[in-house]
Parts: sequence; C-alpha cells; structure tokens
Amino acid sequence: MSLVLTVNGRQHTVDASPETPLLYVLRNDLQLNGAKFGCGLGQCGACTVQVDGKAAYSCLLPVAAAQGRAIRTVEGLGAPEAPSPLQKAFMDEQAAQCGYCIGGMIMRAQALLDANPRPSEAHIRAHMQPNLCRCGTHMRILRAIRRAAGLPVEAASA
Amino acid sequence: MSPAWNTPVLPAAAAALALALAACAGGARLPPPPPQTFSAAEIEKGAELAKLADCQGCHTADGGQAFAGGRPLNSPFGTIYTRNITPDPRTGLGRYSREAFIRALRRGVRFDGAELYPAMPYDHFAYADDEDLGALYAYLMTRRPKDQPPTPNKLIPPANIRGAVAIWKALFFHPGRFQPTPGRSAAFNRGAYLVQSLGHCGACHTPHNFLDAEETSKPLQGGVQEGWYAPPLNALSPASVPWTPEHVYSFLRTGFDRDHSAAAGPMGSVVRELARAPEADVRALSVYLATLMQPSPAAKGAARPADHVAQAAAAQPAGARLYAGACAACHDAGAAMMREGRPPLQFATPPQEDRPTDVVQVILHGLQPATGPRGPYMPAFAGTLSDAQVADVAAYVRARYSDRPPWKDLASAVAKARRQGGEG
Amino acid sequence: MSVEAPSRRQALAGGGLVVAFCLAGPAFAQGGGEGGGQKPVAPGLPGSLKTTPWLDAWIRVDADGRITVFTGKAELGQGIKTALIQIAAEELDVPPQGLRLVTADTGRTPNEGVTAGSHSMQDSGTAILNAAANVRMLLAQAAAARLGSGPDAFDTTGDGAFRSHDGRTVRYGELAAGLSLHVAAQPNAPLRSRAAPRRTMGRDFPRVDIPAKLTGGEAYVQDLRLPGMLHARVVRGPSFGTELTAPDFAAVQATPGVVAVARNGRFAAVIAEREWTAVQALQRLQQAPWRRTAPPLPEGRPQAGLGGASQDQVIFDKPGGAGGVRTVKARYSRPWLMHAAVGPSCAVALFQAGQMTVWTHTQGVYPLRGALAQLLRMAPEKVRCIHVEGSGCYGHNGADDVAADAALAALAVPGRPVRMQWMREQEMGWEPLGCAQVGEAQASLDASGRIAEFRYEVWSHSHNGRPTTAGGLVAGAEVEPAFPPQTPRPIPMPEGGGDRNAIPIYAVPAGRVVSHFVRDAPLRASALRSLGAHLNSFAIECFMDELARVAKADPVAFRLAHLEDPRARDVVSRCAEAFGWAGRRPSDGRRGSGFAFARYKNLASYCAVALEVEVEHETGAVQVGRVVAAVDAGDVVNPNGLQNQIEGGIVQALSWSTVEEVGFDQAHRTSFDWSAYPIARFKDVPRSVTVQVVDRPGAPFLGAGEASQGPASAALANAVADACGARIRDLPISPDKVKAAIGV
Repeated sequence: MSLVLTVNGRQHTVDASPETPLLYVLRNDLQLNGAKFGCGLGQCGACTVQVDGKAAYSCLLPVAAAQGRAIRTVEGLGAPEAPSPLQKAFMDEQAAQCGYCIGGMIMRAQALLDANPRPSEAHIRAHMQPNLCRCGTHMRILRAIRRAAGLPVEAASA
Repeated sequence: MSPAWNTPVLPAAAAALALALAACAGGARLPPPPPQTFSAAEIEKGAELAKLADCQGCHTADGGQAFAGGRPLNSPFGTIYTRNITPDPRTGLGRYSREAFIRALRRGVRFDGAELYPAMPYDHFAYADDEDLGALYAYLMTRRPKDQPPTPNKLIPPANIRGAVAIWKALFFHPGRFQPTPGRSAAFNRGAYLVQSLGHCGACHTPHNFLDAEETSKPLQGGVQEGWYAPPLNALSPASVPWTPEHVYSFLRTGFDRDHSAAAGPMGSVVRELARAPEADVRALSVYLATLMQPSPAAKGAARPADHVAQAAAAQPAGARLYAGACAACHDAGAAMMREGRPPLQFATPPQEDRPTDVVQVILHGLQPATGPRGPYMPAFAGTLSDAQVADVAAYVRARYSDRPPWKDLASAVAKARRQGGEG
Repeated sequence: MSVEAPSRRQALAGGGLVVAFCLAGPAFAQGGGEGGGQKPVAPGLPGSLKTTPWLDAWIRVDADGRITVFTGKAELGQGIKTALIQIAAEELDVPPQGLRLVTADTGRTPNEGVTAGSHSMQDSGTAILNAAANVRMLLAQAAAARLGSGPDAFDTTGDGAFRSHDGRTVRYGELAAGLSLHVAAQPNAPLRSRAAPRRTMGRDFPRVDIPAKLTGGEAYVQDLRLPGMLHARVVRGPSFGTELTAPDFAAVQATPGVVAVARNGRFAAVIAEREWTAVQALQRLQQAPWRRTAPPLPEGRPQAGLGGASQDQVIFDKPGGAGGVRTVKARYSRPWLMHAAVGPSCAVALFQAGQMTVWTHTQGVYPLRGALAQLLRMAPEKVRCIHVEGSGCYGHNGADDVAADAALAALAVPGRPVRMQWMREQEMGWEPLGCAQVGEAQASLDASGRIAEFRYEVWSHSHNGRPTTAGGLVAGAEVEPAFPPQTPRPIPMPEGGGDRNAIPIYAVPAGRVVSHFVRDAPLRASALRSLGAHLNSFAIECFMDELARVAKADPVAFRLAHLEDPRARDVVSRCAEAFGWAGRRPSDGRRGSGFAFARYKNLASYCAVALEVEVEHETGAVQVGRVVAAVDAGDVVNPNGLQNQIEGGIVQALSWSTVEEVGFDQAHRTSFDWSAYPIARFKDVPRSVTVQVVDRPGAPFLGAGEASQGPASAALANAVADACGARIRDLPISPDKVKAAIGV
C-alpha cells in the first residue's frame, strides 16, 4: 500500500502495509536512525518522535494513522555541525552513556519545551517519566533539559 | 450547571441553616488528647481501617506527605482540594477532639461547625461504628504533623458557599445505621459493613444525581467519578466471566484478575491500599461483592467472552488496522503479555460496559501498576493517536470483544476524556 | 610504508592463541575471564603489550601523517574510544581530532580478550600509552638522523611534527615512510605525559561518539543497513530453559515476504524482506504452547539455589582475634538481577564465499569468534567478528547469543546480510543474569570499640558464563547435534567473581573470609557489572555501619580508624568533606544520611559515596536527595568521562537496590517486560549527583566503570537506617520492607 508521510517537513511516499508501526518505516524505509526499537510496547520511550507536536510512541503508531500528521524525528532538529539548542545542551552536558535512549529523550523533552519553555523540576520529571535510561544518565539529561530551558542547571533544592 | 442551583432562594436558606448548625455545633470544640493516650492496638486497628477506607488515596497530593491533603478532586461543581488530616494543630486534625472527629465523619461537620463538602463520603462513614471511627482518629492523630494550609477550592456558585451544603444535606443526607443480614455468614456481613461504611464503594460505583448525591435507590449500579465509569457491582455487572469470591479477591488484592481485567483510574489507589489491608477483611469484601454479582448475566450463562475477529474487521476496518499496529503486540495471541497470563480483552469489563468511558480513558491515559512498581501497565496513547483514531479503536474493540450493540457518540466521549486527562 | 598490514598476521596469531586459551580453561582466565585474552608473550611489558608487543598492532603512521590507533577493547558507551584517543594524542603529541581509532575487530585489532572488569584503561589504555611513547621515541630517533642533531635538540610541535631548536621541522609522515613499526615495544620508552605539560590528557575532551548519538547518526549495530539486508527474528519459548512445542512453521513459511525459516535442530529463525513481517511471523509462531526443558525453578525463594553443594575456599585467613568483647552478626542478600539494556540485543551476519562476517556488540570479538567457529563448524579464520556499538552493555548480556542466532540464520541465505534483533521479552527471558548472593558477616569489637576480628562468608553462583565454546551460546544447545553446556566456573582471586571484594579493605587484627562457589544455578548466570563486588561491598559497608553503631562511633570516623591505605583515606575524607558529613542534618525519623566506601576488587578505583534520603513513614517510600561521591581512578584521562561513569553507576545501583528483582515461577522467568521488571524512572532518581575526582597524574590507570555500585547501594541502606531505624539487609530496599521495619 502506498502511503504519504510528512517527516521533518518533507513528504515521502512509502510502500508498506498500513498497520506497520511507524518506527519500522522511519528506520528501514526512510533510513532514519533516531527512533529506536526498545520494547515495541510503549514502555520505554526509545522510539519517541513528535507527531503534531506531541511526544508519541512510533512503535505503536500504525503508519496509516501517521498520514497527514506532522512527524518530527531527532534528525529534524539538527545535525552534529548545526545542532538544535536542545541537542547542543545535551552535548554541553555530555548527556549520554551508551546513548541508545537519547534520541527518544530529546524528542520527548522537545515536546515539553515546545509547550512549556520554562517547566518546573517536578514538571520535567513527570513529563520524562515514560522514557527509560538504563545507563543512569538521568542527572545529565535533566541538566541538559534545564540548560536548554534557560533554567539553573543544578536542580532546585527540595 | 444544573437548573436547581439557579433558584435564588436556595443560597439564602442555606446560609441560614448553616448558621443554625454552626451555633449548635460549637460545643464540640474540645482540645484533642495527647498522642500517648492512644493504645498501640487502637492505632494498629486504625491503620488497617485507614487502608480499607483508602484515606491516603484522596488525602495525599502527588509527591506530597501522606495525609497532608491538597489532592484535587473533580466534581460537577468544580475542583475540591482535599484537607490536611495529619495532626497539625494549625492546619490539620490537631483542631479536632475525638468527638469532633467522629461528628465530622458521621455528620459532615467541620471542627468549627462549618459544613464539609460531600466529596468527603460521610454519607458512608455515618454507617461506621464509633469504635472504628475512634480507632481511625487514634491512627491519624499519631501521624507526623505537617503544617500545610488548605488549597482553596475552585467551585462555581453557589457550591462555593459552604452553607449551601446544608440544603444538600437536607435533601439527600439521611443516614441510618448498618444492619447485618441475618442468616448470612460473618464474612458476608463484615463485607457488607465495609462496603457500606468505610469502604465507601458507592461513592464511585453508585450513580449520582444532578446534585452529585448518590441515588440511594440504585446502590452500586454503576457511576461516574473522576471521568471514569465505575461499573455495577450487582446483578447489572457487565462482566463476561462470573465474579467468584476468588476472582474479586485477586482483583482487590493485586489489581488484576486473570479472568477479568486490571484496576484502572481511581480504582488504582483503592487497590494499592487493599493490597496491604488485613487479608480477612479483603476476603470479606470479596464474599459480599461476589454475592451481590451472583445474579449477573455472566453468572447465569447469559453472557460469555466474545472474540469476533472477522466481523469486527468487516464492520470497523479502520479500527482493525489501527488495532493491528497499536494494540496487537500486547493484546493478541502470541504476544508476550498474553503468554504471561494477563487477561485477553474479551475477559475485560470495559468493552462490555454500556458506555465507552473506560475503554476511551484507558486508551488515552493508559494504566499504571496499582500495588507497586510491578504489575499491569498500559501506555497512554493520548500523544500518539488522534481523537478520531481513538474512537476507531474503541469501536473496533467493542465490535470484536462484545456481543453488545456499538457505542454511540464515541467522538464526544473521546473529546471529553481527553479534556479530563493529562497531556500524555 | 613498511608497516606490515596487521590484519593477516593478527588473525593467524590470534586464532591459534584463542584456541589455546579456550582449552586451557580457568588457569588462563586469571585476571578475570575479564581481562586480557591471551597468554603473555612479553611479561615485562605494561598492559596488553604483554600479549601483543608489536607496535604496528597498536599504531600505524601513514606517509601522509595520518595516524590510526588500534584497540582490542570495545566502546560500550563508557567513553573508552575518547579516552584512548586522548592517551594516544598525548603521547604522540598530535591533535586528538586527527586520530583514527579502530576498535575490536578480529580482522584488524589486537586480541585483548573481553571488554570487562573495568580493565580497558589498565589493559588497553596502558598499552596504547606505552606504544605511543615508543612510536614517538622511534620517530624522534628518525628525526634526529634526518635533522642531523642530537635527540635533545628538538621538540614535538603538538601537530604531528618535530621542530629543531634552530627552527627546522620534519613531519611524522615523512619519517614514518622509512620506519618499520613492526618491532616489539621497549618497556621504558619515556612518557611525554609524565614530563611535559599535557595537552589532551586530564581534560574534558568531548566524547567523540556523542554527536552522532544525539542527531540520529549511524551509531549502533541496530543501525547497520547493508545492501540486500534481510530481517530476522529467532523463535524460542518465553525464557531460558523452555521451548515452544510444534510452532506452525508451515503457515509462516507461506506468508508473503517471508524469505526463509532457518532451522537446525530446535533452533529456528524466521527471515523476511521486511522487519515487520518477521515480527508478525514471530508472534504467530509464539502462539504455540511452550514447555520447560530444564529442572523446575525454586519459585518464591530467590536465594534457594545457593543452598546447593558448594566448592569452599578460604580466601583470607589471619588467625588471632583475642580481645573481642562484643560480637555482631548479620546476613545480607541480593536477588537475581538483569542487565536489561534499553535496546534488545542485535547482530548482523553475512555468509558469503565460505566466510562468515558478524557485526556484533559482544564484549569479546575473539572469544566469540572461537565459539561461533565451533557452532558453525567452520575454521576460526573463516569467521570474522567486528564490534559495533549496541545498546548499553553492563556485562555479559544477549550480545553473543544474538550474534550466534544471526550467523545461523545467515547460513540459510548465503550472500545476503541478515539483521537479527531480539524482542523485548526475549532479551529479558534469555539473557544471562547477575546471580542472587548471600553474605554473612560476623565481627567482634574490643573494649575501645575497634574491630578485633572480622569474619565473612559469601555464597554465589558463577559470574563467568561468557562463551568460550559453542556450549556457552543459547543456540549451542538448540542445534543438532547440540554442544555440551559450558561448566560454570569461578573467577580466581585476586579479582574474584562471587567473592570479589569479599575481603575487607579495612585493617583487621584477625579474620577469615570463606568463599562458597555454588556451581549449579537455577537460572542462567553470568557477569553483571561489578559481579560479586555489589553484594560484598553492600554487605561489608552496611556491616561497618552496624559495627559503628554498636561502637557508638561516627560511621566515617569508624572507617577511617580502620583504613591504612592513604589513597583510601583520602577518598573517604574528600567525600565526607564535599558532602558536609560533619555538619549533616541530624536524622529525625524520616531524613537521614548514609556513607559507604570500597576499592573495587581491592585493587582498582577507590570510591566513596555519601547520600541523603527522605523516608515516607506511611508507605516506606525512599526518595534520595543529594548524592556526593569521590573517586580515585589513578591518572585521570577524561575527568568528565570518569564522572559520567561514576554517576551512571550510582543511579543504576540505586535502581538495583530499590526496585529490581528477577521474578520466576517453577516454569520460567516471569520478568518479561518493563512492567514485570521495572527499573528506576525520572521521578525515582536522586535530586542531584556530584562526583569529586581525585586525580593522580602519572599513577597507573584504574578502571572505574564498576567502582560505585557497591558503595552506592550500601550508602542507601545506611541512610535509610539512619533516617528511620529500618535496617534492610535483603535487597531490594522496597517500600514494603521499609514500612514493615518501621511499623505503624
């Protein structure tokens, strides 16, 4: 089945069965690496992309349901030589260990900052709750989000 | 807003009544006893009862100290913030004598004589024994005090005038005393007592009228609370598999039952406490509730699990495609979750319910394990699927997993549920 | 260019020695089954130069001045690439940006065994440091000849050239053209990093792998896309020790898009043009019932297997112990734990012209090559394993198994690359686990409150199930004929496995430590980050607090009173000072502070952790506030990278210690996804973590990746006990356990 997707502002025509989760189409048809397979169950957030501005699990979004909606992946934010402010903040904080979760982290955090440019600490943590990091990079991810939001990089004291 | 509240006479009358009540209540303002006067046994008993009543569930804010209040409760008249029930002398129960506390739970009157909003289920607590209420008092008065002033409620007029509650009480609040059923087992009667009194199951599971009072003529026939539908717990139970005492116990104790479904929405915090309540009491609850549901269609063989794969795909092709990519990885045969004993959807109650509320809520907002970090989980689809897509999935689920007619007004149900939930 | 291409020579030499290593068994596994992979040929040389002394195996300088550095270690997200580049750049005195680094590849790099045990800096870092110094020395000699001046008459310029004091320059590339690096390293080549001001070592050089990871670059084996690549899924029962009964292969084979179902004995993999087709085919096959093939599991008794027959060894014995007036005893335990990487294991394999190439995130390309060659019944030189990063690696997870699965699948479709990825439930069901352990401590205190005698016993299964034969791979038991399973083996002291860190680092006048190795384990056991050091450091550091309490001593002062090693004392003091231990908030029934310290393996990094907690009385929930750590990892190459490792170790250990526990019933593991094996999320992690780095320029590199797990877990338990009196000795420290201990 031929489907038209709008990814990072560009239209792509792909041939896939309509129920195929968007994740597989992004990775295998459009050759975008940013969204990762972590669980296929909406439990870890490694596959997070933005759909119409909201953080979405691309592993649970059938590609047919992604037609006509604005899809943004981490590739759409910036590149190594021209990173987005949030990507730059992750670089400045060296906020990655293995980094497998980070594309999803950035996309979920970006959805938050798009909606609320100066979130509270509690709001940041609650919003990031769906995404898992196994290396324990949480403190740096939080610092990077605060940095991108122009907040003090250290956590507000309890 | 309902028409009754527009009648101009009522607020004035309410104010007058409130003043009268406040005057006669003044004598209850006695100093509270010091903590050491409570016996360990009484505190222990109070702890158990507090779990059965899920005091923490309502009286603890997200991330806040237990019992210090501040949790928002949505009602048809706006948002009520629960109160601080730690023993703090300025902002909490420290202002209540034992008698004032019992009066508050039994009659809905604050320490200073003011009315308490019926968001506090005193219409149920009124059925509790004094001894139990006293134990609850002993327990709460030995918690760590927290100075936490109340968050102002956000209510629409005239509900924002506390005195109006007096009218409400005059109309709807006529509690009696608990009466055991002769000839029934001790467990049945214990369960009945807990359901009617401290368990306040009817606060969610009984339909409410236009002034948000329980319709006492329809006990446990299903109600809406916090945007979720609490299904009937009697002959009207829509379950597709009969609820035996063992099934009810498993559900109340662990948050899910292999032959039914997982606790979602406001039931989550109830289960969290029941998981830690005395086993005998939870068994008693199970015996009583299973007995109430005995005449249900499933128990009589008039309802059974359904899985109409082909018909549903034909009737709801868009929903079928969405389901195959968004839901089947967990809910279809061969999925790890199915292999591990989580209930298949034809066993779940929400697809059988008269309204789509719970199916839509759980798709949009997911569910979290009830008893701890481990347990049934479902991701929130609010950010992933559009309203129309959620409606399509819900229609497909209904068509595939029930024998009942399609739901009407799915679109408005989705829009309403999305307004009530988080951002996903 | 006279440098012999290292690939062929390495492949041949490495292959022969890998076989020798495998056959030799535990005796050669000295150093861990975790460190170097080969028998030393040059014992006098530092680091991995012992096993691979040839300079051209490590460093190549092209005629155009381009420098390539080779390491047998792998990037696991620990930042090793960046650190090795910094080391090489410092010693060669070139800009780090221009260096190329080739990591573990049986076709190109030295055999450095596995990347594990916090050995990479000690083994490979030390080798590259000295190899680079050797290369610079040889280049300097060539420069002296070229410039006709004495070796002291010129300096390196910092950008790949020498400049004589009279202003003439010569570039490395020009010199390299006439220079053979196929010579053995000299043990005492002068180290630039010891003498001159450093340009790159000791600095927060940004990690080279991070930009691609933040922007969707190709960073992982999961991202490999080779021309004509197919997608595969392996077909198995729900967990190790189970199998599917009669899955419907015929139906799947007939599905459009399915290219093949590769089968060999009980092994089966579905191979498709599109990944989603393979995923759906797998779900269809998984509808088949499953059965247990191994003995039943001891349901509900996490440590039950430790009651089995054990090999007992006294690993510390110091007679005496008079003068004790009070005896304290305690028993500690941990449950089975998972690696649980966020991305399931993945590999790409290509079988072409009789040659198998496998792109893998294994920790040991050479040992894997040996095991794969056996499994595939191919000569080792016909198998090449190339390391490509995967999702987080915390020890021996499914990486090797999925590489074998990919290779077996690739045999069915010669000429076409096959990308094989496990599903979430396969990762959790089949990966080797970190085993449950029990530690029993007993000590007596003398009248002055000092330790008079310290006894400790630990029970553990193996932490070393890494494949050295086909029997160490999941598929090895499935193919026909099947390979015999590897015998679980202990890791000998001084590094130890289950008994790692079982010997107290504290000065005790008398004591005895017994290690009980229980070979037969109910679940699949292998290496999980820090191995036995996690439980042993947890136990001993909790016990030190319990002793301090009996002695009515401050926990930090009590430790210092029993610590002689000045570096250990330094780390303890630095941590206490940075935390503000002396002026800490007194415990008040809900808030408290905890402290713990360990030197990893008693021979690697020193790490102390202090943290504060708040306990919710009504639920027993523990929230960690501020965490402060201090670490001495020897000569620090990249302080930020070191801090990242310590921070990550702390946060991961707090997750282990509060929520994690592998569940199982009699038939299988029940922890099949993140709802059944939850780990800490953002609301659960500490408010802040800061790491004080104690730098020791010129001192040997000490691995740090596993230094903080034990101390973090013990500091948490000590803080909870301080806060509310609940002394939880059995991990995890769950809210229900805390609540039960504090009462109503």
